[in-house]
Amino acid sequence: MTPELKGYLVVTVLKMIVVFSGTMVGVMMVVWAERRVSGWIQLRLGPNRVGPFGLLQSVADGLKNILKEEVYPAYADRVLFMLAPAIAFTSAMLLFAVVPFAAPLPITFDFTLPILGQFVYDRVTPMVIADLPIGFLFIFAISSLGVYGVVLAGWASNSKYAFLGAVRASSQMVSYEIALGMSLIVIMILAGTVELDDVIAMQQDTAWLILPATFAFMLFAISALAETNRLPFDMPEAESELVSGYHTEYSAMKFSMFFIAEYASIITMSALMATLFFGGWDIPFTTWDDVRVGTAGVSSEPSLVKTIATLGVFTFKTILFVLCFIWIRWTLPRFRFDQVMALGWKVLLPSALVYIMVIATAVWVLVDVGEALSFMDEMILFAINIVVIGVVLLVVDRGRLIVGSSAPLRARGGA
Amino acid sequence: MAITVKVMQRPESGVSYLRAAAKGLAITFSHLWKPTVTMQYPEQTSTDDYEISPRWRGTHRMLTDEQGRAKCVACGLCPQICPANCNKLVPGEDEDGHRYPLIFEIDEFRCVFCGYCQEVCPEEAIHVGVHYENAEYDRSRFVYDLERLCAQTHPVSSLWDPSDPKGE
Repeated sequence: MTPELKGYLVVTVLKMIVVFSGTMVGVMMVVWAERRVSGWIQLRLGPNRVGPFGLLQSVADGLKNILKEEVYPAYADRVLFMLAPAIAFTSAMLLFAVVPFAAPLPITFDFTLPILGQFVYDRVTPMVIADLPIGFLFIFAISSLGVYGVVLAGWASNSKYAFLGAVRASSQMVSYEIALGMSLIVIMILAGTVELDDVIAMQQDTAWLILPATFAFMLFAISALAETNRLPFDMPEAESELVSGYHTEYSAMKFSMFFIAEYASIITMSALMATLFFGGWDIPFTTWDDVRVGTAGVSSEPSLVKTIATLGVFTFKTILFVLCFIWIRWTLPRFRFDQVMALGWKVLLPSALVYIMVIATAVWVLVDVGEALSFMDEMILFAINIVVIGVVLLVVDRGRLIVGSSAPLRARGGA
Repeated sequence: MAITVKVMQRPESGVSYLRAAAKGLAITFSHLWKPTVTMQYPEQTSTDDYEISPRWRGTHRMLTDEQGRAKCVACGLCPQICPANCNKLVPGEDEDGHRYPLIFEIDEFRCVFCGYCQEVCPEEAIHVGVHYENAEYDRSRFVYDLERLCAQTHPVSSLWDPSDPKGE
C-alpha cells in the first residue's frame, strides 16, 4: 500500500467512526427528546431521573436491554429471526453514509508508525463518508432494503400479529417509496444532479429548494412519515390493533436493534429534508461558508471554523425536523389502513406525477438547456408551487378548506 | 334476513380535515408553555391541587391510653364484623377484671380496607389510617401484631358521617 492510500483509509475510517457514533448518540438523544416532548405535550414531565434532565435515560434503557434474556418463539425460523434485526439495523445505519454533514475540511498529515509505515494525506476532504456519484439514489436503494428486515421479522416470528404488521409494513413502505421518489424527481429537474454535494452547492448559489419545490417538500415530508412508520402512519406497529406489529416477538437487544433502526431512519429522513430542501449545511444569507471542492465559482477558503459552524447549522436543521416528526406523532391519530393506501396511491402519486409535469414544463419554458436557474426563475416556480398546493389541498379537503365549517341546509336538516 | 349495513349519518360538510389537523397541532404546541400537572411522588406527596383525602382508609393503627396501653378491651366486635376475616383476637383478663387483648393481629393482605373495624369499635381503639407506603421485604411482615399497631404514628381516617356528608 502506498502512503497516500493508507492516509486515505485512516481519514475514511475516522469519518465512519465519527458518523456512526454521532448517529448512535443522535438516536439516544432523539429517543430522549421524543419522551420529553411527549411529556410536554401531555402536560407531564417525561423521564427526568437518570442524569441531568433524564438525558441518560436511553443509556439506562440500553443497558437494561443488553442484560435481558433473548427469547426465541418455539416455532420461529431461527436464522431469519436473527437476521431480520441485523438487516433493519444495517440498512438504517448505511443511509447516513452519503449525507454531507458539514463544509469540506482541509486535512493534512504525514507521519510514520513503527510497523505500519508512512501515512500521507493532504486534500480538502468533503465531510461525507462516501461521496457517491449516485447521491440520493443510494438512499432509496438502501432504505428499500430496510423493508426486508421488517418483512423477515414478521415472517420468521410465526405469530399472526407480527405477520400482519409485516404485511402492512411492506405494502405501506413500498407504496410510499414511489411518492418519495417522485417528489425527488423535481429536485433532479431543478438541480440537474443527484449528488447531494451538488444539490447543496446549487442551493447556495440561488435559493433553498424549499422555494421552487415547496410541494415536493410536502410530498417528501408525508412520505417520510410513512416510510419511517411514524404516526399517523404507524400501521405496522399499531399498538391498539397488532400488539406491537412486526417486532411483537422480539425481546432484549434484538428489539433494541429495530428501535434504533427506526430512530436512525428518522434522523436520516430529517437530515435529508434539511439537505434537499433547506440547504444542507449552508448558512443562509452569507457566502462565507460556501466551500467547494475542486470547482471554480463562489468558493471561500475551507477552514476548521467553517466546518464546525456548518456542522452546527446542519445539526440544528436536522433537530428541527426531528422535533416536527415528534410533534406530529403526539398530535395526530392513526389512519385506517385503507385510508393510508388511498392517500398513497390516489392522492400522493397522481399529484406527484402532475406536479412533475408542471415543474418540468415551467423549467422548460423558463430556462434554456444547460443553463442554471436564476433567482428570478425560482421565485416564479415558487408562485407555481403555491397554486399547485392550493389546488391539491382543496381537492383533498373536499373544498372545505376555505368554504368553512357552516354546513349547508341539506346536511343540517337531516336527509 | 338480508344483511344490512348501518351507515352513520354524519354531516359530510363542516369538517375540514386539514384545519382540524392544524388546530390539533396548534393545541399540542401551546402545551409547551403550560404548567405540567406531574406530582414528583417520592419527593412530593401533595401539591396545591391535590392532597390525600382525610377519609383515605389505609393500614391500621391502634390508639393507646395515657399509660401507653392499647385502648382495646377485647370485646370481639371487630373480628365479628370484619368481612375479610383478617382480624385475630384472643381476649385476656387481668385480676381486676379488665379485659385486654392477649393476641391482636391484623393480616393486611386479607384486609379489604372497608373501615368497619373502626366504625364498630366502642372504645375508638382500632382505626384505619391515612397511610399508603406499606412495602415490605417479607410476606410475613404484613401480619401486624398489637405492638406494631400501637407503634404506628400516621393520622387516622375520619369516617364518613351521614348527617354531615361533606365533612363540614
